Amino acid sequence: MITSRDMKELRRLILTSASLSNEGHIPSALSVLDLLYVIHKDFLFDEQKIDASKLVQNRFILSKGHAAIGLYAVLCLFGKISEDELNNFAKFESRLGGHPDRNKLPDVELSTGSLGHGLPQGTGLAMALRLKKLAGHVFVLIGDGEANEGTTWESALLAPNHKLNNLTCIVDNNLSSERAIDMGNMSAKFTAFGWETIEIDGHNHSDINTALRIRNSDKPVAIIANTVKGFGVPSMESKPEWHHRSPNAEELAFFLEELR
Amino acid sequence: MRNEFSGVMGRELAANVDSVLILGDIGVYGHRESFLKYPDRVFNIGILEQSMISFAAGLAIEGISPTVHTIAPFLVERAFEQIKIDFGYQSLGGNFITVGASLDYAGLGATHHCPGDVGMMLNIPGTEIYVPGTATEFSEQFSWSSRNRKISYFRLSETKNKQSIGVERRKGFLIKSGNLATVLAVGPMLDMVIEATSDLDVTILYYNTVAPFDIELLKNNLNSGKLFIAEPFYENTLSMVTQPILRDQAVLVRSKGVPRRFITKYGKIEQHYEEFGLNAQSIRREIQEMIDV
Repeated sequence: MITSRDMKELRRLILTSASLSNEGHIPSALSVLDLLYVIHKDFLFDEQKIDASKLVQNRFILSKGHAAIGLYAVLCLFGKISEDELNNFAKFESRLGGHPDRNKLPDVELSTGSLGHGLPQGTGLAMALRLKKLAGHVFVLIGDGEANEGTTWESALLAPNHKLNNLTCIVDNNLSSERAIDMGNMSAKFTAFGWETIEIDGHNHSDINTALRIRNSDKPVAIIANTVKGFGVPSMESKPEWHHRSPNAEELAFFLEELR
Repeated sequence: MRNEFSGVMGRELAANVDSVLILGDIGVYGHRESFLKYPDRVFNIGILEQSMISFAAGLAIEGISPTVHTIAPFLVERAFEQIKIDFGYQSLGGNFITVGASLDYAGLGATHHCPGDVGMMLNIPGTEIYVPGTATEFSEQFSWSSRNRKISYFRLSETKNKQSIGVERRKGFLIKSGNLATVLAVGPMLDMVIEATSDLDVTILYYNTVAPFDIELLKNNLNSGKLFIAEPFYENTLSMVTQPILRDQAVLVRSKGVPRRFITKYGKIEQHYEEFGLNAQSIRREIQEMIDV
């Protein structure tokens, strides 16, 4: 299947680039990688081709900006940046920082890194599309740890209040928050705030695609995507010591060998 | 100035269909006509200041011009990172208009004081900071800066000068020339400075734009080598922008403003100013002391 070959290639790109730069949050990038791939393949790049005027252009915000290397790998896979550039990740003059910068990369909607900024800006962006009568949809990807931030819940309150039905918030529920705050039932929380909510396997492309197409006439949509940190690299999966660590040459060779 | 803001904003919304007003549950009654006329573009967003700023940035990404308004500490201090990152770092433009300058809400206590707003906003590169001395000055400043695609911060105050000074874009103004010292008055401090120096042979400069700061005007009017700054916010705030003059010449600098401590009394702003010595009599004495050095 093409997608599984793509996913293996994406993981290779991430591991190699992170190893060369000695930078990057690899497990976080791997937990959202399937989400990033489906969003870009099916909802950003394809639909832009369909409508050259971009009047229905969707928008994507990687609010958990520390997963940037995953985003860059996806952009590389789709030919937006070269592998040489990807391997310059986080170097002094690179366009690809440890967190994405909208002023450097045209395919980056928002400069993120400080958690809790993406969903409220996405709420404003969805409102802007409505005011300008543009048909695009806004997708915001946040982390479950990021959901500790109060602004997440301010926006969770705000978006349904304005019936922003052109907004989807995807929660990368990789259980990052467990060591600090048990976030409990995220679906119930978003539902209580007035969102249309669905819970999915965040590594199942079919489920992801189906969930991203859900629309409610007068509610925003929340997708609780259950994921695994480090997914696809067995020795790294759910290993907190890899949160912000890069493999040396020997470790890289090992990981590349065991890649799924 | 707050009343003038309603009219200014009404004209702005009428003239520009891509202009949006966002209130943090403050000033709602004052802007009631705009709410009626432009229900799609005027929001009482609620009491969630950080998300309010980010929401505005989301609008700005699509080319909409947002104007955000609430009380100074809740806009500048609570949501500072949102202004810095979502607007500053991302190179987006928006207007931020506050009331409650320094101690305007003296009776409400320190939670509602904000003498640190301008000092904080100076830390966001590229920000334009306006401290109008009258409602007319605010109106003119807003008319030519509100759509400049930069962060424009307008500090509205209850205290104001009797007369407006002609508003030349982002310039300071020479009020009078003298020989013994230069006195720099910011925004609503001008009347106090004019009264304090009526019989002193000093230069008076007036600034209602703090950033970008008109350093040339100051350089060209500092022959005495003595500079007294009267500022309506924390004292020594302006040292951040006047610092370049010290590269070229030795200057004796003194600042008079709100002291850097928590203010725990209530009452009215005038009572606090009296206690701080922020009055014509005390300022005159301090300027005279500086002249005598």
